[in-house]
Amino acid sequence: MAERSFKREVLKLEAGRGAVFRGEGILAVTKALLQSGVAYVGGYQGSPISHLMDVFADASALLASLDVHFEASASEATAGAMLAASVNYPLRGAVAWKSVVGTNVASDALSNVASGGVKGGALIIVGEDYGEGSSIMQERTHAFAMKSQMWLLDPRPNLPSIVAMVEQAFELSEASNTPVMLELRVRSCHMTGEFVAKDNQRPRMTVSEAAASPVRDVERIVLPPANFLHEIEKIEKRWPAGIAFVRDNRLNEHFGPDEGDIGIIVQGGLYNSLNRAQELLGLSNSFGDSDLPIYCLNVTYPLIPEEVAAFCTGKRAILVLEEGQPEFIEHELNTLIRRAGLTTRIVGKDIMPRAGEYTASVIGEGLRDFLREWSRDMVIAERMPSRVPAVASDIVARPAGFCTGCPERPIFTAMKLLEREIGPAHVSADIGCHLFSILPPFNIGNTTMGYGLGSAGASAFKAGEKRAIAIMGDGGFWHNGLTSGIGNAVFNKDDAVTIVIDNGYSAATGGQDILSSRADNPARKTRNPIARAVRGVGVEWVKTIDDTYDIKHMRDTLREAMQTPDTGPKVIVAQSECMLTRQRREKRVVRQALKDKKRVVRERFGVDPDTCTGDHSCIRLSGCPSLSIRPNPDPLREDPVAHVDNSCVGCGLCGEVSHAAVLCPSFYRAAIISNPTRWDRFWAATRGAIIGWFQGRHDRARLERAF
Amino acid sequence: MPEPAQRERLSVAILALGGQGGGVLAEWIENLAVASGRLAQRTSVPGVAQRTGSTVYYVELTRAATTRQPIMAQMPVPGDVDIVLASELMETGRAVLRGFSSADRTTLIGSTHRIFAISEKSAMGDGRRSSENILAAARRNSRKFIGFDMDRATRQSNSVVSSVMFGALAGSEAMPFPLEAYENVIRASGIAVDSNLAGFRLGYQAARENSAAAAEPLPAEPALAEPVPTTAAGRRLAERIDTELPHMARRHARIGAQRLMDYQDQAYADLYLDRVGSIARLDQEPHSLTDEVARYLALWMSYEDTVRVADLKVRSSRTTRVHQEIGATPGQLVSITEFMHPRLREVCETLPAAVGRTILRTRWISRFLGRFFQNGRHVRTSRLRWYLLLRALAGMRRFRRSSLRFVEEQNRIDNWLETVKRAVAEDRDIALELVRCQRLIKGYGDTFDRGLTNFEAILADYEKCAPTDRSAARIRRLRTLALGDEDGQAFKAELVA
Repeated sequence: MAERSFKREVLKLEAGRGAVFRGEGILAVTKALLQSGVAYVGGYQGSPISHLMDVFADASALLASLDVHFEASASEATAGAMLAASVNYPLRGAVAWKSVVGTNVASDALSNVASGGVKGGALIIVGEDYGEGSSIMQERTHAFAMKSQMWLLDPRPNLPSIVAMVEQAFELSEASNTPVMLELRVRSCHMTGEFVAKDNQRPRMTVSEAAASPVRDVERIVLPPANFLHEIEKIEKRWPAGIAFVRDNRLNEHFGPDEGDIGIIVQGGLYNSLNRAQELLGLSNSFGDSDLPIYCLNVTYPLIPEEVAAFCTGKRAILVLEEGQPEFIEHELNTLIRRAGLTTRIVGKDIMPRAGEYTASVIGEGLRDFLREWSRDMVIAERMPSRVPAVASDIVARPAGFCTGCPERPIFTAMKLLEREIGPAHVSADIGCHLFSILPPFNIGNTTMGYGLGSAGASAFKAGEKRAIAIMGDGGFWHNGLTSGIGNAVFNKDDAVTIVIDNGYSAATGGQDILSSRADNPARKTRNPIARAVRGVGVEWVKTIDDTYDIKHMRDTLREAMQTPDTGPKVIVAQSECMLTRQRREKRVVRQALKDKKRVVRERFGVDPDTCTGDHSCIRLSGCPSLSIRPNPDPLREDPVAHVDNSCVGCGLCGEVSHAAVLCPSFYRAAIISNPTRWDRFWAATRGAIIGWFQGRHDRARLERAF
Repeated sequence: MPEPAQRERLSVAILALGGQGGGVLAEWIENLAVASGRLAQRTSVPGVAQRTGSTVYYVELTRAATTRQPIMAQMPVPGDVDIVLASELMETGRAVLRGFSSADRTTLIGSTHRIFAISEKSAMGDGRRSSENILAAARRNSRKFIGFDMDRATRQSNSVVSSVMFGALAGSEAMPFPLEAYENVIRASGIAVDSNLAGFRLGYQAARENSAAAAEPLPAEPALAEPVPTTAAGRRLAERIDTELPHMARRHARIGAQRLMDYQDQAYADLYLDRVGSIARLDQEPHSLTDEVARYLALWMSYEDTVRVADLKVRSSRTTRVHQEIGATPGQLVSITEFMHPRLREVCETLPAAVGRTILRTRWISRFLGRFFQNGRHVRTSRLRWYLLLRALAGMRRFRRSSLRFVEEQNRIDNWLETVKRAVAEDRDIALELVRCQRLIKGYGDTFDRGLTNFEAILADYEKCAPTDRSAARIRRLRTLALGDEDGQAFKAELVA
């Protein structure tokens, strides 16, 4: 069950011709795919396009009724390889993933499909995770488009433009037999807006029709001599066809006056930020009536030489706004200008920042510098706001962390406790929520090499004095970790310890089901245990822990794995369901039960402020958001006491930690019984009466010896 | 200050923590605008920041109804944001730091409550940052600042902070929409309508009142009144305090005497006053040394042994407090389970000194007995068996003076006070810092051991230093380092230096 349900939104996908569609960018892309008559769709979840996969999953009925095949691919490589369906048949297909990491994974398949070329339109939708809020290395998808020769679209960030680009992408792909990438920036994925819908199209050919009458064309296969022909075909046939399509269909746009001796070339995705910067400098208005000529690249690869030459002719200088590095577009523009025999000066990363996101403020500053140099007579509004650093030292960072009650937290608590006994070990971390272990308060993890690569990242550390520990999430395990990590470790007789964190979902990307999910999913086959897969590739030392909150068990098992004389890889499968997903499910049940006046027991933890001494060891070993601090009620003490707020879900970790680490007797667990039975009430009354009597006596004795 | 140019749009930035409903709030604002005939766009940056990190949501809408589609920005531009909503004080500060809130343009609506960041929570002492500075900056860097405790409003209305923020937005009148339009958006959402409306109304009211008056100051630290004697013994001790101790130290001394009577008995409180008095005689204006001794000695003499913990757990006031804390309603039943881990050592410390010492020193006995104290206990104090056991343990107070722990602690206390007395003769500031080192001794088990070891190391370092090398600054530095990190790396390095 995914984190967010789109059941309500997917109804919008049925909108017909002329209806106004209002919704998020990712939903608009989905609608555009259906309007384009797509025959198959696949992909792998990951911010910012997770929701696209969730929308498809929730829309499976609609997709089935249109004969569109949808698949939640095992990895981006799987999704990329799926595009093979468009090689021999006029099948339109789309795949989606998070870039640049997903593109890395898929690049083998992408190179192959780009080499052989496609007959049906093949679209790769990449959620470009660059800039603020990104969780990955800052690289550009642009490089992949260039090296494999796939066209790269970067539409202006508004829904009508995005939808139109999706539709035209398929035509472009078919016209030039080339796969097309559509780059969606983070905010565009989650941006809302409106566009006028068209009818959904059934595919001209369905995947089952294609499979029923197979076509074989050995020239489309990457094998000598065809592979050499592909390279020539790319240059001589597909490239000119692509350029002609982009030019003839005016995919790139012009804004502002026709005349002018300076101008701006901007990536489509940055256009809105450019206009906002211009507006604040008094060079445009909120409707985009620019004072400067703008050439907006909705297609960032390839560049269209004729269009570039026409735009630059008569201009002394051009400012190029190109986010990220290296500055591929700027390099290419310089080449095109020289070839066209123009003297226009291309200004780009010589004044713009070489790295980092191009926000409206950054663009504004660059534009101001550009105009100062090239157009002194232009009047610029002076008021370009700057930052206020006044309270910098009082604002502390708020790094992401494990959710309240997260079952992964106790695993790292156990690791910390073991670290106290046997000293630190090298820890190879993985991608997923569990990577938060590298942040405070755990500070565990030495490297992370990529999704599912936790074990592989530890593979150089052969048995010596101390075994290395690798972390792997269940998502990463099925993505590639089983082969790249576990299989590799078996084959190479590794001695390392791998902890597979099995929380039942691909939790970090939004709680999608995976092979080992224990939920029933009518559309997929779940419940395939990780331990069985691990044994299947030859691991002998496998322990499954089905309750990660049992810290002692966790710590003892980990100690055993670190110290056992057994050779070969040691795998601990640590299972407990993702609390976020579990709460989402259980809250509903509890609410209903309370409504029906049924007996409901809710547990939560608390801290006695008079026994807590304010050392906060518990927080350093847990880091739960519901475990906080508050002023010490004791007038003699200064340090704040620990405190559990009402968001506590009663996972039990606090109690386990205070037991396992011998912390303090301040924690208590309260079980709150709503709608108690008569029996409950009878016992409570009896105990209450007796305890009350003793408490009364105790109180009186204390009063007697009071101050 | 000149009025900034009126734009054709309104821009709204929301700063919230992942999971606080910032996305829902942004959606409400968008729906409000669309329902009122405006063009609106909402964006956000979810991702890993969703998991408890700080997150920015952004809504842009046209000020008036328009047919021409404007070019909307996808993120707030510093200096160009009309309304900032922040769900927590540190996030309010972050809005100021990032320049989203500007003095000429922005209506800044921020909660004044704190959700502490992990670095503030996990500090070994007090890691909290100044809230006053953030409030001052918020006032300075906004056209209008509406600040109130949204967490309290959330709890009062049993809703979520996003509905309180939505109400505050309506109350601020920063957007040109009537109150009903806001309420209709909540109703149209169809989810938890009643509680959301309740939260909305509290937020609305608070913002209206807040706009009229100056922003609410932070609640002051609860200043506890000086204890007033209620018994003859108490009155006698109070009289002793008033005659023997300087004015400055009397408040802490009264609290200390009160605590120690409760902890042990009148004679123990007298011992306490004897000890404080012995320092007071060496002290001089402004008597801060006596005051600090009164504070820290009371804490040390009321050290947390098993008897004390049991005593605190069986009180009726404790049961009442737990019920309040967890918010149990009259119809609900509550059962309480304690997590206790008495080790053999704590048990021996409660035994008569000679017995306890023998057990701990004789390896085979302690190994044999130790097996029974390996695991933590789930002590259900709402059940008779456990309650009575703890009640009996609390009754061991009468024998405390003969216990091993008592003997050990009194020795340590006497040593400490002797060192302090010697130091006063040299340098009062040094003596003061030595007194304050008592702060390191706290907690139970390993935490206690670590604190005590650090404390003793500082005292030893002081003793070891040549009199000319001794300084209050060094002791202060060592104490800060000891509270700096758990491994004590920096502390140990400084000790060697």
